[in-house]
Amino acid sequence: MKALAARRRSRHAPVALLLMALLVIGGLYAILAPSTAVAAPTATSTNDVATGKKLFEANCATCHGASAQGTASAPSLVGVGAAAVDFQVGTGRMPAQVSGPQVQAKAVQFDAAQIEQLAAYVASLGAGPAIPSADDVDPAKGNVANGMALFRTNCAMCHNAVGIGGPLSQGKYAPSLMKASPTHIFEAMLTGPQSMPVFNSANLSAQDKRDVIAYIDAQKQGSPGGSTLGSIGPVSEGLWAWVIGIGLLIGAAVWIGAKSS
Amino acid sequence: MSTTTRREAGPAAATADYLDQRTGVGTAVKAFARKIFPDHWSFLLGEIALFSLVVLLISGVFLTAFFVPSMNETTYSGPWAAMQGVQMSEAFASTLRLSFEVRGGLLMRQIHHWAALLFMASIVTHMMRVFFTGAFRKPREINWVVGFTLMLLGLAAGFTGYSLPDDVLSGNGLRITDGVIRSVPILGSYISYFLFGGEFPGHDLIPRLFTIHILVVPGLILALVGLHLFFVVLHKHTQYPGSGRTDSNVVGYPLFPVYTAKAGGFFFIVFSVIALMAATMTINPVWNYGPYDPSPVSAGSQPDWYMLFLDGALRLMPGQAEVVIGGFTLSLNILIPAMVIPVVLFAALAAYPFIEAAVSGDKREHHVLDRPRNVPFRTAFGVSVLTAFVVLILAGSNDLIATHFHLSVNDIIQSLRVLLFVAPAFAFWITKRICLGLQRRDRELVLHGHETGRIVRFAHGEYVEIHRPLDDDERWLRVQHETRRPLEIEPAEDSRGVRRKGYRADRFRQRLSRLFFEDRVEPVTPAELAAAHVHGEHDTLSVGPAPAGAHSAITQGVEADERNH
Repeated sequence: MKALAARRRSRHAPVALLLMALLVIGGLYAILAPSTAVAAPTATSTNDVATGKKLFEANCATCHGASAQGTASAPSLVGVGAAAVDFQVGTGRMPAQVSGPQVQAKAVQFDAAQIEQLAAYVASLGAGPAIPSADDVDPAKGNVANGMALFRTNCAMCHNAVGIGGPLSQGKYAPSLMKASPTHIFEAMLTGPQSMPVFNSANLSAQDKRDVIAYIDAQKQGSPGGSTLGSIGPVSEGLWAWVIGIGLLIGAAVWIGAKSS
Repeated sequence: MSTTTRREAGPAAATADYLDQRTGVGTAVKAFARKIFPDHWSFLLGEIALFSLVVLLISGVFLTAFFVPSMNETTYSGPWAAMQGVQMSEAFASTLRLSFEVRGGLLMRQIHHWAALLFMASIVTHMMRVFFTGAFRKPREINWVVGFTLMLLGLAAGFTGYSLPDDVLSGNGLRITDGVIRSVPILGSYISYFLFGGEFPGHDLIPRLFTIHILVVPGLILALVGLHLFFVVLHKHTQYPGSGRTDSNVVGYPLFPVYTAKAGGFFFIVFSVIALMAATMTINPVWNYGPYDPSPVSAGSQPDWYMLFLDGALRLMPGQAEVVIGGFTLSLNILIPAMVIPVVLFAALAAYPFIEAAVSGDKREHHVLDRPRNVPFRTAFGVSVLTAFVVLILAGSNDLIATHFHLSVNDIIQSLRVLLFVAPAFAFWITKRICLGLQRRDRELVLHGHETGRIVRFAHGEYVEIHRPLDDDERWLRVQHETRRPLEIEPAEDSRGVRRKGYRADRFRQRLSRLFFEDRVEPVTPAELAAAHVHGEHDTLSVGPAPAGAHSAITQGVEADERNH
């Protein structure tokens, strides 16, 4: 303790204190932060419209209405099709939990069988786009070059050149596509969730959609130039030029000039 | 004796002798080798800029061997899958070839681009050092302007180089430039047609930019770097204040061998840091953006960091500023952020040495640097200009701030519009207060010495904390500077009540001078120091011995103290 008291005026003391404080805060956060709740899988019966209807009444009807006809706070689901349900529920966006500028993706609330049942129920309400087949969304069967051309003219203005995402007005945003599954990307193009426009078969054919998916999938291979720095363009490049480049070089300058100053 | 040594001299000496006899280079080498430079890490910041320029030249020569500066159309058939069969300009195709087919090409491209970012960053850092330490004062004002011009040329080099690959990102930058040019009243569209060789984008721009980028700008930069360094040699280098350092000497090490080794080594450090960054971090992945086509713009489109403040100014400006006069549109919404704001900021920067000299009326030469705290107005002014730049840079990155911090772009823009005016003013005020506070602390330290943490009780019950007086070097650093005081002028009327000519001009100068020098903390004078020492006699008496022998010293101190009172 005495040794500590003697060193409290050392010029390294503030740095040591700061590090200690950061460590304590970080440690406390790690211990106390709420862990994400895992949705308990409920027992499912047969894969049919009736079970889907029950699930709908229990989880969705509050906003979308008892027979999915829509209310003042949520749209009608008649005719949105199974694809819309698979996208919204499969990415955790629905059921929505927080109101905000835009419904956010979160941990998925239902298991695959339940999503299928919900989709079957909504699809039974009126004709709409169906969930695409695995072949429809297979990136290996797409043409990357055509996908890039289509992505550049149709998607990049919101989702960024390689699909990292970008902002829209008033806190809304186009999300990153890096973790989206090919099926969900296909469904999003087909159904146009939230601010996104619909790209139906007249705009982008099924083959075009597969090409776009192939281009997005190709981005997961990383960059031939090294770390991508987030693929967000010159701002992150400038930031790293200052932090790493100027940081290291000033460090070296201090080292070289240290002897006499 | 001398003949034998000459015969034994090695090949190096023989070569030197050969050269000296024919060119007389020995005198120059002797003078340069013995030239003294002061030593401080911050004097190496300019060297970072110089060395990254060398890296730029080396890597740039490599790139010109493969780059095709042409806007002729071609169809890609190289190894990059996402570009197969895509129509593009030869400039873009050759950039792709450089990246994916030329051995080491991508590394060289990335070295060139990272070096460019570091070149500008080190110029700015170097300028900050020069500004905040007052190294621009007489006789170095002209060299400040040379350096400032080098910074502008660096911007020009960066901008022209950024546009060469003819990708979507740089094409968008050119489109914005075209818009800015067209916002110039009356002449705008003529200048635009002249520059682009017709309607944007035309077919002439890339070859024109190429000539500017590889010939005109580097030539000017090299010439001005030569002038810049010549001035450094001519004026001799400035030095930080310290004991033994005055305006008429230079305290440091000779160029040879100390600085030739240090600077030579530093070149390799700079090169290796750039190579390390280029080898591990992607920069300007043009294959992500695709060949230029005026229709698409992707989210996250920004210029390189040194141009970002201009983009930020454009993003901040409200669109309502566009006015229509008699059928002619005056695009003040573009003219103000893209032309007026940068001209104001840059003009203030370039003219500052002359403004300060005029206000202070100081005609003497200065070779000892200022400590930034001792010149509160200048330091605060510099920080507030930097703050304005930072606000504009943040505005240029508003979309990324929005996505990364989950904020609304609209709110960010509104806040930054306010901050652009409030933040520099606040930064000015707080910096000035900090400077004055640090000066007061220096005064305090000089007068009372370091706190030692030792509390002593005297026989009659008084407690004092022992202060250790500063040594001569420490004290000199804190008292060597002179403070400028605001101008004192003659009264408006003489003793007979007659109005004095030139009073109004004098009063204006006085007001300016007050703005600069009104708030100040005077350094400790020898008289004040002597007075403080008499007052604090008991401190100095008992400070010497180590804690083991402290007891007797304190007793003596008490006796001395009692005698004094």
